[in-house]
Amino acid sequence: MSIQQTFSDPLIKENPVTLHVLGICSALAITNSVTSSLIMSVALTTVLVISNMAISLVRHHLPSSVRLIVQITIIASAVTVIDQFLKAYMPDAARTLSVYISLIVTNCIVLGRAEACAMKSGMGVSIMDALGNGLGYSLVLIFVSTIRELMGNGTLMGFRILPLAHEGGWFQENALFLLAPSAFFIIGVMVWGIRSWKPEQKEPADFKPLPMPSEENR
Amino acid sequence: MNAFFEVFLRAVFLENLALAFFLGMCTFLAVSKQVKTTLTLGIAVIVVETISVPLNNLIFNLLLRQGALDWAGLGQMDFSFLGLLSQIAVIAAMIQILEIVLHRFLPALYQSLGIYLPLLTVNCAILGASLFMVQRDYTFVESVAYGSGAGVGWALAIAALAGLREKMKYSDIPEGLEGLGISFITTGLISLAFMGVAGITF
Repeated sequence: MSIQQTFSDPLIKENPVTLHVLGICSALAITNSVTSSLIMSVALTTVLVISNMAISLVRHHLPSSVRLIVQITIIASAVTVIDQFLKAYMPDAARTLSVYISLIVTNCIVLGRAEACAMKSGMGVSIMDALGNGLGYSLVLIFVSTIRELMGNGTLMGFRILPLAHEGGWFQENALFLLAPSAFFIIGVMVWGIRSWKPEQKEPADFKPLPMPSEENR
Repeated sequence: MNAFFEVFLRAVFLENLALAFFLGMCTFLAVSKQVKTTLTLGIAVIVVETISVPLNNLIFNLLLRQGALDWAGLGQMDFSFLGLLSQIAVIAAMIQILEIVLHRFLPALYQSLGIYLPLLTVNCAILGASLFMVQRDYTFVESVAYGSGAGVGWALAIAALAGLREKMKYSDIPEGLEGLGISFITTGLISLAFMGVAGITF
């Protein structure tokens, strides 16, 4: 695989969220506003790049029996740095994102990429892979949060786009889009769309229905 | 005692980790194909949460909180930035110990849990519960209630989804929506149902 492909494949073709079902928790939880999705995307991509780079550097010295602990410690340190940075310079954002920044530690994308890529390849490839996956994740986040914020509040990044009905405009906001269930519906429909467009992503069916006996005899 | 049940019920229904905070979603969607597997997984989550949340509560309050190490002459030192590292280490170590203990004393349960037990280390529901505990400043007793409640709530949610998915095998789902897509939408509907109890106040 060329280095461009390492970067571009995770964007849609091998998207970590919609194909591999990784990192769903945060993708669903903080997508009710575009601003917090952007901060989360940047935070995750930074953590991913730092951890992939560090793990790729030490990969030859890691005995496989303790590798998970070492990987988790590296990731947790990177996340602590980001968390403290946000608390110091963007206290409001840190408060809205609450525990979800810390939860990047258990975001399966980070550990998954560490295991699948950084443990096997050089630093250059690992960094490209981290950037690609971070961007793939960000795309999903921004897509979902745009829909949720626009439909739920009529705003984008806090700016009013659709004038609300009770303020003299025409748009009746739908508060359901700000609540948890809407994120599930949006990602579900999004997965549906991507899989209809790229059928090779479909999961093999669990079982095939037998033909009805009456049809066989006919 | 009332406060204990309030925290417990809140964690099970109103603030369900899976359905209201989207924690532990990866396992939630990946492993929810059979009710039987989800029940064992649910038990594992309940056990790990009930032990790890109070344990992290003790560590945070006795060692890391600002001024907690006053007796050691460290005065107002604030080690809470180490919270995340210590919590994940406690969880990883605890799961390792639990694995050894189960292997020795309850081999049947150990066999049926299999790979899921070590994977709980990176389950956000486990770490998330500890982080919420710190954020909400629970006392030790409350943290016991919260840990067990969060575990029970998560187990309940995954068993419900697995039950629905078992039934859905017989339905004719539009092409492309099978598998992951329909699971998301089903989870959304369950989550909508759980929001219905949000109006209840204790």
